[in-house]
Formats: sequence, structure tokens, C-alpha cells
Amino acid sequence: MLKQIEGSHAVAEAVSLCRPEVICAYPISPQTHIVEALGEMVKSGELDRCEFINVESEFAAMSVAIGASAAGARTYTATASQGLLFMAEAVYNAAGLGLPIVMTDANRAIGAPINIWNDHSDALSMRDSGWIQLFAETNQEALDLHILAFRLAEELSLPVMVCMDGFILTHAYERVDMPTQQQVDRFLPPYEPRQVLDPREPVSIGAMVGPEAFSEVRYLAHAKQLQALERIPVLAGEFSTIFGRESGRLVHRYRTEDAETVVIAMGSVMGTIKDVVDEMRASGVSIGALGICSYRPAPLAVIRETVKGARRVVVLEKSLAVGLGGILATDVRMALSGLHLHGYTVIAGLGGRPILKSSLHALFERAGRDELEHVTFLDLNWDVVNRVLERERTTRRSGSIAENVLRDVGVPTASGV
Amino acid sequence: METQIIKFYQTGSFAVGNRLLDESQRSVQANMRRSNSLNSGHRACQGCGEALGARYAIDAAMQATSNQLIAVNATGCLEVFSTPYPETSWQLPWIHSLFGNAAAVATGVAAAMRVKGRQDVRVIAQGGDGGTTDIGFGCLSGMFERNDDVLYICYDNEGYMNTGVQRSSATPPAARTSTTAAIGEEPGNGFGQGKFVPAIAMAHEIPYVATASVAYLRDLEAKVHRAMSLRGARYLHIFVPCPLGWGAASEDTIRLARLVVETGLFPLFEAEHGEVTGRYQIRHRVPVEEYLRLQKRYSHLLGKRPAVATIARIQAMAERNIRRYGLLGEEA
Amino acid sequence: MFQVRIHGRGGQGVVTGAEMLSIAAFLGGRHAQAVPSFGSERTGAPVVAFCRIDDHEIRLREPVMAPDALLIQDPTLLHQIDVFQGLGPDGYVLINTNRSFEDLGLGEFMAGFRRERLCTVPATELALKYVGRPVPNVPLLGAFAAISGLISLDAVIAAIREKFSGKVAEGNALAAGAAYNTALEAKKEATHA
Repeated sequence: MLKQIEGSHAVAEAVSLCRPEVICAYPISPQTHIVEALGEMVKSGELDRCEFINVESEFAAMSVAIGASAAGARTYTATASQGLLFMAEAVYNAAGLGLPIVMTDANRAIGAPINIWNDHSDALSMRDSGWIQLFAETNQEALDLHILAFRLAEELSLPVMVCMDGFILTHAYERVDMPTQQQVDRFLPPYEPRQVLDPREPVSIGAMVGPEAFSEVRYLAHAKQLQALERIPVLAGEFSTIFGRESGRLVHRYRTEDAETVVIAMGSVMGTIKDVVDEMRASGVSIGALGICSYRPAPLAVIRETVKGARRVVVLEKSLAVGLGGILATDVRMALSGLHLHGYTVIAGLGGRPILKSSLHALFERAGRDELEHVTFLDLNWDVVNRVLERERTTRRSGSIAENVLRDVGVPTASGV
Repeated sequence: METQIIKFYQTGSFAVGNRLLDESQRSVQANMRRSNSLNSGHRACQGCGEALGARYAIDAAMQATSNQLIAVNATGCLEVFSTPYPETSWQLPWIHSLFGNAAAVATGVAAAMRVKGRQDVRVIAQGGDGGTTDIGFGCLSGMFERNDDVLYICYDNEGYMNTGVQRSSATPPAARTSTTAAIGEEPGNGFGQGKFVPAIAMAHEIPYVATASVAYLRDLEAKVHRAMSLRGARYLHIFVPCPLGWGAASEDTIRLARLVVETGLFPLFEAEHGEVTGRYQIRHRVPVEEYLRLQKRYSHLLGKRPAVATIARIQAMAERNIRRYGLLGEEA
Repeated sequence: MFQVRIHGRGGQGVVTGAEMLSIAAFLGGRHAQAVPSFGSERTGAPVVAFCRIDDHEIRLREPVMAPDALLIQDPTLLHQIDVFQGLGPDGYVLINTNRSFEDLGLGEFMAGFRRERLCTVPATELALKYVGRPVPNVPLLGAFAAISGLISLDAVIAAIREKFSGKVAEGNALAAGAAYNTALEAKKEATHA
């Protein structure tokens, strides 16, 4: 059924259709609307046979999820940014214990300076936690990925994080096709745990493992992700049979066939990139785009296959490996090993900085002429940066960088750009 | 019928006997059909108070729930010595997640049981004082405040023993630990620090809070039974001596666990919804030196030049407990 | 693609206005995307929201840089920020005020625009009259329907009923209708003038 609703509400409805049994919630922007909606559904009885627990921190949220999942309940929570970092220890633990928890990460920057706006720093900080991480390009895909996530998580006994851009998607009203309960039930069978806390068959879960076996346990975590690499396309195929649309593949290719320039990105910025690709193609530029849906596991072979005929790859990412460059770009480089093509890293959209079509046009044109630096910071205000650097050179007590930058930037404009 | 009052404890040691009782009246530990929830073969030290406390408490809880029990364990000695994979001493479903989240994990387990209609299955969380009064305190308070259906058991041995005897917020004043050296102007742990979590639990007005000591088996078992007869958040704080961490003889574990009560340093009481409903009254009051003397962690107070003022401050703490909780019985 | 930018202050229903506009467009069979300007603004602070309307899927995720229509919910913003940024000469401008463009000191500036696409509406007054609260967002949408013809009044009222219920919904529907009629009159006058 077609609906014009907020992304967060679309996700909440999709999660509800998945018949979760335990939902734990702790407020943090921009994820709040999702759990608020779910809380209302539980209270109103619309979502029955479900426990909704308001916890005291994100660390507790993930911990409650761990207990509930280990006891055999289908479990969901959502978080973002500092919240994801605050629960980091439990995030790793959930993956280590092989608990199929599904969590939404409404992607948001990490402070300091505190910033509530979108980028991918939060999710990417957990890239090695053992969670499967899927990135949504649209609200339709965000809601679809949650249904897929429960299926994938429970099949593999692994937690899945569905990443959707904070505000840009979570707070956007757009058209979505909401599946029926029958469709979801057909796709998602009841949860059958691999091991469960049950007095009828007592087991000890989460005990210590020493050097004699730890490497093997860790390798098997890796092997599970490799299994996911095979299962995601299969499940996405099943998904499209039942729901009649494509969602949640490893990657989304857009006009990449014979493209000389392939732009690689994740999340909602793919929409803007596709518009730019169309406009550039119309003027005869050979360019395409590759959206990474499955960030973990990393679909290295598919990336390689997609770009091997290209002359250059531009990785545009909303994250920064401080002191290195790109995070996604580093992964992509793994896929490109041995291929002779130019690779460019572009850091864009940090802390909610809008990624403008006009900026992308200029960027991709420069890339086409191979005039880009290895690492480019899109739309960086160099005047301001240089002024701060100069101030630090000349004054010992130069004050807060964040405050100085804002003073130099001045008042924001009408469109926020 | 003529009746004769029998004291079920040995003269001198006050150890409570069972043999004179009918089998049905014996303690859970004296029952041949006890569940042995924490089975033999684990790696605890000789004289470990925590192993004893856990065994008493969980066996009693198993009996109270007809073995329909799930345990969540914080990181710590108890977790490490009981479960080196692929072996486990636990005879009930048991999960260890992290150091600071046992209460929250237990909340999750309880929620799963509720949603699945398994109300007969009860949940306990357990941890040492570090995992309870320090790193797990946020989750513990959250579990209390929501009145989640969990019995949380803290095995208090007054320090981080698993990591090599560091100070916790349950370490008593003047005690030496590896992070509160017995040197300087105020040797050992400082006065006026730390927290007594049973009182904080009471401030949450949860259905049940109790303290217990491994020297008082029947009292401990009765409190577990009482706790399991109630729903909602419950807290049991058990005093468990640590021979290694305290520099005490292994055979003195029970003696220390009794002396700490008889001095008044550790009050035994029960509270429901924030109000004290019962206390264990001291039968044979002893000065704190008798308790301190058995432990090397206090040796700096008791040498050739005893730290009279410090001992007096510790004695004052005992007096305060006796006053506050009304611990003086008829025989004291 | 038709792009709308709504300016107002926290508490005036700026974001809700953009959302209802997108629902109205959706009900009219169009694709629509409404997004707030993602602030942590408190009551009274300047707030911006965007709405795009098109005949096919909207993929663009940048803020509305060159609006086709501006809905200004608080005229005091005219002196604070450049609300007209990016507006083309064919753009629509609706301002919540009981004064005219001339009275607002915009007479000269607006001369470069198409008169029938400019409209002032006493949206706050209408909201107070029909809803009992100073929320000018819905009356402005009613006026926008009249001036632009891009969405119907029926669709606006249906969108109102999706967002609100009971008395609030009915009051808002009446306010939207009143603003629609006022704007339609003004448009006729401007067209004939």
C-alpha cells in the first residue's frame, strides 16, 4: 500500500510487521521517532505480544537486547551517534555471542564538537564489531532492509545494523510502498534460535575462551560474514519475488556499464549522485555510480567486477579516517588491488554539510580530467581553515577550534548552505 | 506434650546444625536433592566465600522455582572460575555478557519470558561488588527503577579480586588493596568514601532488599525464598569473604563472615518497599579488632603500635550500624 | 520538479506544513519529498523546511537552493535572513501578514515578480479564529493551493485530516478553506489589475 509518511514511521511500521517480541529504547536524535512510534503501537495494542522497555542508556538498551535475544525473543532497538559509541562494548558482545538482534542506526556524526546532523562516522566506527551493516538509499529501502535484516540475522545468528541517514531519511516524508502482514509473514518465518536460555535444556552462554581457541572462534565470525555475502543476494531475490521490488542487494549499480568514471557511495547521497550522473551522461560524459548497500560484509568481488573496466573510481564518503583519509575508500582499495585505475577519495557531507548537485558536477568533472587530489574535502572552506591554523601558529591560547571556526563562518544562509 | 527448646548451633562457633532436624526441615544445602547449581570442579580458590554464597543462593532459588531459573552473570571471579569453556559448573541456563550489564541483560531475559508466556521461569542476575556497586550500577539502578522482575544478587567481597585486589566502592575504610596502599597519612582506603548499595536499593522502594552473610546459611536461604516469592525488582547483597584478597586463612571464611555481623560492621536486614521489615540481632557482640585481626589487609592497624584512632573510627561505624538497624539482640 | 521552501519559527508548524504539503501532493498522484532543515531549534528560532513535488521519483537530497515557491510564516524573518535567496522571477511568494507587500516595504523588490504569484494572507488571524492557536501553516497551504493550483484544496484538507483529528482537524480545514478563498480573490484582482 502506497503511503506518504516519514521515514522513521515507515521503519517503525516495517519493524512492527516483523513481529518483534522485545524492543528497548533510549532516546537520541535522529532515531527517536522510530521508537516513539513503536512504543505507541505497543501501548495501543496494535503491536501485541511485544515488550517495550524504556532503558536508562544505550549500553542498557543493547544489554537488554542481548538478554532478550539469548532467551529466544525477536529483538529490536535503534540508536545513533554517541549512543552507538556508548553501547559499543555491548555491540561487540552481541555479535560475539551470535545474537540476531536488529538495530537501526540513524546515522549521525560523532562529537566533539557535538553535532546532531548526518554522516556515517557512527556506523563505520563499529565496522569491525561483527555486525552486518546495511545502508539504505531511500526510505523504501530503509523499511525493506529491516524486514530483510530480521531474516538474514536469524538465519545466520548474527546481528544486523540497518543504517539510514539521520534527518535526510529519518525525517523525510516520501512515498513508500508498505507491505502487508501476509507478505512479511511469508518472507520471515518465526525465530528459531541456534542456542537459547531455557531451563528445559540448560546451556552456559558467553564463557571464557583462551588462546587455544580464540582465533578459530574469530575466524568463524569472519566466515559467517562471508556466508552473508552469499545469502544477501539470494534473500534479496526472494524478497523481490514476494514484495515485487528490488531492495537490499550487496550493491546497487547505476549506469556503470562501460562507465569511465565510477562514483562509489553509500546511503541517501546516491539519489543526488544519480541525478548528476544522468545530467552528465546527457552531455556525453561516461560516468556511473555504485551504491554499497552491504558495507559489512564488504562485497569486494562485486565492487571489483563493477569497476574493473573503468578508468577511475571516486569514492565519496560521509566519513573520515582521521590521519588516513577515507574509511570506505580504504575498503574499496582492497577490492581494487592490482587494477590499474585512478582512485580518488572525497570526504563529503560531514556533520550534515549538504552535498550539492552543483558541487558534485564540479567534482566529477575534475575527476574526469584526473585533476583531483588523492583525498578531497568537498566544499571545504579553506579561508576559515587557514585562518584557524594561522591563529594557532601565532597565539598559544588560541581557544576552541570549533568556536573559532564558527566565528569565522558567520551567520548561516537561508538554505543552510 | 512436653517440649524442649534446642539451640541449633554449636557452642563457640555458632555454626548452625541440621542433623537434629527432620529431613523436610533441613536447609536446602543439607538436602540430598539440592540442585548443585554451581557444581563441583570449578576453579575457585580454597575457602572462596563467593563460591559458597553463589551455591547457597542459587540452590535456594532453584528450589523456590522448581528449577525454572535462568542466571545472568557479570564478569568477575564467579564468571571466570565457574566457566572455562568447554566446561561449566552451572547446572542451570546461564549467560555471561559483560562486566557492567548483568542487570540489563537479566531485564531482557525476563522480558523474553514474559512475552513468551513463561511466567514460571524466573531470572536472577549476579555479580561481585565491582560489577554491582561500580561499573554495573547504572544498569542496576535502571532495573530497580523499572521494577523489572529480576532478583539481583551481589556477592560482596569488598574489592576487585578477579583483577588482583583493587579497591571498589564497596571496599571498607582503612582496608589495604593494591590501589589503596597501607602507606601515608591515612593508610589503606579512605574514610567517608564508597557506598552501601542495599540502602540505595531501598531508596528505589523496590519490593525486596536484603543483606546476608555466608555464615548464616538458613537466614540466607530464607531471604532467597522470600525474594523468589515476590515479583518485581529484588536485591540481595551477600557478604562473601575473599581469603586471597583479604590476606585471611581459607579456613576462616565462615568465621569472618560471622564476625563481620557480630561486630555490627555488616548489618543483616530485610526491607520491603523501602522499609526495614526484619533484622538479624547480634547474639554475641564482639569488638571490631577481633574481625580485623584475622585479615592482613588491616595488619597496618594492629602491629606493635596499633592505630587506635583508626580502629575507633571503624568501631564507630559498627556502633552506627547497630543503632541505625537496631541490631542488638537479647543475648548480646 | 517544483520546489517549495517554508520559512517560519519554531512552534509555527513549519515542518508540519511541509509534510502536509507533501501529503497533499501525494494524494494528488504526485511524488513528493518533505524535509525539515534538520535543526535542534527551540520555540521561536528561525526554522526552514522544504518540499519537492514531481511526476516521478525524487532522488535529490540537497536543500532547496532555488525555490519555485516561498511560504513565509513570519514576516519578521524578512529582516533577519535572506528568505528570498535563490527565488526566480517566476516564483510564488506567500507571506503570513495582514499587511500588503508595499506595507512590508517590499513593493519595489517584488516589482520584478509576477503580481498574481504574490500573495499576503492573514494566516495567523485565520488560525486563531478557526483553530484557536497561532499556527499559520495550514492557512498558508490553503492559500498556496489557490495561488499555484499545484495542489487542490480537497487534497490539503485530506492532508490535514491525516495529520490531525477531531476539532483541530476541522478547525484547520475551515482555516485552509478561508485562506484559499481569500487568496483566490486576491489572485483574481491581481490578474485583472
